[in-house]
Amino acid sequence: MLNKTGIPTAEDVKKVSPSPDRLKKGPVAIIECFQEIPCNPCTEACKQGAIQPMEDINNLPKLDFEICNGCGVCLSRCPGLAIFIVDGSYSDREAVVRIPYEYLPVPKVGDKVTGLNRSGEELGVFEIIKVQSGGQKNKTYTLWLVVPQDLAMDVRSIRLGGLRHAI
Amino acid sequence: MKEIEVLIIGGGPAGLSAASAAANLGASVLVLERDELPGGQLVKQTHKFFGSKKQYAGDRGFQIGNLLIEQCKTSAKVEVWTNTTALGIYEDGVVTAESQDEHVKIKPKKIIVATGASEKMIVFPNNDLPGIYGAGAVQTLMNVHGIVPGQRVLMIGAGNIGLIVSYQLMQAGVEIAAIIEAAPAIGGYLVHASKIRRAGVPILTSHTITEAYGQESVEGAVICKLDENWQPIQGTEQDLKVDVICLAVGLSPLTELCFQADCRMKYVPELSGHVPIRDEYLETTRPGLYVAGDVSGVEEASSAMVEGRLAGISAAYSLGYGLEAAPKLQEEALAELNELRSGPAGHKTMKGIMKLMDKGEVVC
Repeated sequence: MLNKTGIPTAEDVKKVSPSPDRLKKGPVAIIECFQEIPCNPCTEACKQGAIQPMEDINNLPKLDFEICNGCGVCLSRCPGLAIFIVDGSYSDREAVVRIPYEYLPVPKVGDKVTGLNRSGEELGVFEIIKVQSGGQKNKTYTLWLVVPQDLAMDVRSIRLGGLRHAI
Repeated sequence: MKEIEVLIIGGGPAGLSAASAAANLGASVLVLERDELPGGQLVKQTHKFFGSKKQYAGDRGFQIGNLLIEQCKTSAKVEVWTNTTALGIYEDGVVTAESQDEHVKIKPKKIIVATGASEKMIVFPNNDLPGIYGAGAVQTLMNVHGIVPGQRVLMIGAGNIGLIVSYQLMQAGVEIAAIIEAAPAIGGYLVHASKIRRAGVPILTSHTITEAYGQESVEGAVICKLDENWQPIQGTEQDLKVDVICLAVGLSPLTELCFQADCRMKYVPELSGHVPIRDEYLETTRPGLYVAGDVSGVEEASSAMVEGRLAGISAAYSLGYGLEAAPKLQEEALAELNELRSGPAGHKTMKGIMKLMDKGEVVC
């Protein structure tokens, strides 16, 4: 149970997951926000009109997967660090998962890092192919990780401390 | 004797918001802040805030703090006295304070008490060992003074403060052995919990600390599981080697000045303790004395800022400022508060405020 452990259940995740077909088409946001709290920056971040304006600020975000182009602006704007971008079109066998990151050291392109699932369990060692800074004010980095296709909906974090923890 | 139109006691998110709101309508404002810098708890908050644009959502707490401080600094109508502790509010309306080692008297026309809240403590053997901190102290050490409190921490409390301070400790390179929570569910925002959990930190609900141990300072803690009646379950003890135990077990409104000023008070568990009875515009039963922020019921910083604004507008309005603008600004602030509190996360506060405003119940 999410509210006992902090780990979203498979059922929770399913509710916010696009179809396998949509994942194959290209980058798309996964908004892992499961609790109604007063928060709406994601709706204002989305310039595509994919995240619909909220009637009540306590509503859960609603994302139209067909309009979302995976630009990732919402990812760096979400105060809860609850948005990820998954690109299943990266290659036949691999997908790219973009995760928000606010720890030091910030990994560099080419680094191999240990990927973790929502429970913090290790899933393997993956390469960083891009690191985006959120800028001076925002300060949240976006890490682009290349992962096997079947782990695209599981990798959500990396082992802290960077290189010294990877192989 | 210093004379001022609006005196604000406390320079945190509520107090600073009150100051610029009152000053914007034309009132002269003095803010008393007991710390050496204004900003209150905001200066230590490194995470992005929730809420909407109107409450600076998406900005980090310290950035919002800087913004509020800047607003007060650039206003010719606002004076901020730091290192100044309010001592008493007297029958004749005089407020006394200790300011930079001197005893000063202030004669305000209106008072806004925005003193915030203080941390609660819990009882367990050896809870006085060095290495046991309140979460606020850990934040001050780390985020104000740049000092990490230790290497490995047991966090007690999975409310927003426990979750956020755990995250900040992790960002500072400190290991969190576990976050334990006596309640059966996580009290803080689940997005905070999830981001910590996926970094590998266990969050153990229905768990409590049974003792701390160590010779000179904390060397470890014993925790155990609780049953549905909150009773320890024999045989579930775990020994955690930690050098810091951090307590984030709730806050109590800092209401001494309200008691002393003879505001009618009421005990409302949903608002975390004794709070002054006040009207919709945050005026207490002592005419001309307003409250805003955690002192009127423990809540989030975003609502504290809106309450501050509401109290500031109301105080200035009662002095004859903003006769045209004020009513509309008041309504806007009330609508924002209602919006922030209308969801499940604000249910407890709403219930508390309803109890508080209900005139039928026993008060003290």
